[in-house]
Amino acid sequence: MKRLLPLLLILVPLSSIAETPEEKGLAIAIEADRRDRGWHDQTTDLIMILKNKHGQESRRQIRTRAMEVENDGDKSLTIFDEPRDVKGTALLSFSHKVANDDQWLYLPALKRVKRIASANKSGAFMGSEFAYEDVSSQEVEKYTYKYLRDESLDGQPTFVVERYPVSKYSGYTRQVTWIDQAEYRVLKVDYYDRKNAALKTLTFKRYQQYLDQYWRAHEMYMINHQTGKSTLLQWSNFKFKTGLTSRDFDKNSLKRVR
Amino acid sequence: MNSVPIRRVLSALWLCLIATCATAGEWSGFVALENRYFPEDALSSAQHDNYLSIAAEPEYYRDWDDGRQSFTFVPFVRIDQYDDERTHADIRELEWIKAAAEHEWRIGVRKVFWGVTEFQHLVDIINQTDAVENVDGEDKLGQPMINFALIKEWGTLDLFALVGFRERTFPGEEGRFRTTPPVDPDQSDFESSAEKDHIDLAIRWSRALGDWDIGVYHFSGTSRDPRFTIGIADGAPVLVPFYDQIDQTGIDVQATKGNWLWKLEAIRRSGQGDSFAAATGGFEYTFVRVAESDIDMGILSEYLFDDRDEDALTPFEDDLALGVRLTFNDAQSTELLFGVIADLDDDARVWGLEASRRLQESWKLSVEARVFSDIPAEDFFLFGLRDDDFIQVQLARFF
Repeated sequence: MKRLLPLLLILVPLSSIAETPEEKGLAIAIEADRRDRGWHDQTTDLIMILKNKHGQESRRQIRTRAMEVENDGDKSLTIFDEPRDVKGTALLSFSHKVANDDQWLYLPALKRVKRIASANKSGAFMGSEFAYEDVSSQEVEKYTYKYLRDESLDGQPTFVVERYPVSKYSGYTRQVTWIDQAEYRVLKVDYYDRKNAALKTLTFKRYQQYLDQYWRAHEMYMINHQTGKSTLLQWSNFKFKTGLTSRDFDKNSLKRVR
Repeated sequence: MNSVPIRRVLSALWLCLIATCATAGEWSGFVALENRYFPEDALSSAQHDNYLSIAAEPEYYRDWDDGRQSFTFVPFVRIDQYDDERTHADIRELEWIKAAAEHEWRIGVRKVFWGVTEFQHLVDIINQTDAVENVDGEDKLGQPMINFALIKEWGTLDLFALVGFRERTFPGEEGRFRTTPPVDPDQSDFESSAEKDHIDLAIRWSRALGDWDIGVYHFSGTSRDPRFTIGIADGAPVLVPFYDQIDQTGIDVQATKGNWLWKLEAIRRSGQGDSFAAATGGFEYTFVRVAESDIDMGILSEYLFDDRDEDALTPFEDDLALGVRLTFNDAQSTELLFGVIADLDDDARVWGLEASRRLQESWKLSVEARVFSDIPAEDFFLFGLRDDDFIQVQLARFF
């Protein structure tokens, strides 16, 4: 896949002549990725609201920091503030384009940093309906693609692109994504489980543009069709180019962060 | 806690504390109610069957200088229904950290954990065990120190000057989990004439290299594990701790390969009788989302070795440990760990169960149980616990 990419990039301008659905799907993913490059680093606050099928709610409060890494996936640090029993717990991730992400979890009660098996992509993140692979950095190379059709979603013209996880550890056979044609933002994702049954739907709302370039959804809603459970992510306080360096994403800073 | 260097460090940090508490910072922590029940009759008539206790561990934290400097204060207190020694207070943390691009200063009372294995923490040596808290040895006393970390491409080099030795805590006469006869820490003896004022030194290099996390260190100073001699207190025999001066070199390695974690810890220690080596090694394999549920199931196995054999200051000299970890990944973060450590030379088994679940938003219920079965009289460390099977329930409120 990696070796094919430069070749495909060359092919993109010629694509209007005879582009296969696979080529067009990849071209859309590459364009979306290109438009979101150069933000360097960002910090955000996140509130997660978990709801079970009886409507009972449970809340998590999280802060995230991330930085771009040249020719590799992003580095990120996730700090848990609530529930209070996990306060101070933090997760350091080095995502990679194809290889499994590197992840270290800091357990404040024991002052212990644990390297965790990140092949565990399909596991639930913080008991939510988001799997680790849903919240980790979305690199182009993590999927193969197929363009399906153009479609209007809530009045916006979109590309509908199906993508297939490359990792054998993924919990999905495929994902169907709706990407708006104007700004190449993901508006909706349908997830299909390993048996190819409809599993979850994620919708992105309240997009805002930062630094005249980077679009960030302030609300993400994931509903699990098989269990009736849902998770709402409310993002706020986006800050870009705050001056974070790789030193803010190492095991020493993981132990220090609050 | 009455040695001069500690006092100096503490008073400096105390001023710092007063200065910072006046300004903005944040408090968090927990208060926990615990009940421990021992179904078997105690070895001594002074001991009890059921112990109620309450513990609190608040934490004050403040950072400034864009997060590059921080101050943390974590006192701990427990009040136990019967055991006077378990009723105790400690400063778990009272530290100032200053971080720069290529180094960090960490000064004050701190907790430092080293290691990768689950059933035993061989290489972990900086902090003394707060042994009145639990038999698992995971609770630690705060250690006063000056720690400088050099952070480079080639890894992190940590230098430690450990100013002031903390003696191990031991259950009192009315407490369970104690030896017969009980330990009398008032008579503690030291190899070093400086006793508790001996400054211990440690150096450690660690780094992550791809799928590998590696740490190597050398420690030179007062052994955290005491040896014991027989003494007399109030006309009755007691065990008297003796703290040797030791040199210990250790290594900890973890390889993270897909769903496999491969772990190894090994040490070589001299200065405490004959030199010896000890190691713990094994794996944890995780089955993700077993039977299409959200539950992750980890299978753990470790081999515990100590070449002192029966003379070891640990009960685990040729033992095989097996465990199952269930992570429910539910909104209440339910977790369960079940394990057994089996002595390969006899029938001794230590069974353990730990489970926890969040209640509402800020409460957590934890259950812990341990069973000591077929402990032979030669197994000095476990024999005293042979009738100390217990089940413990703790309800904690976090704030």
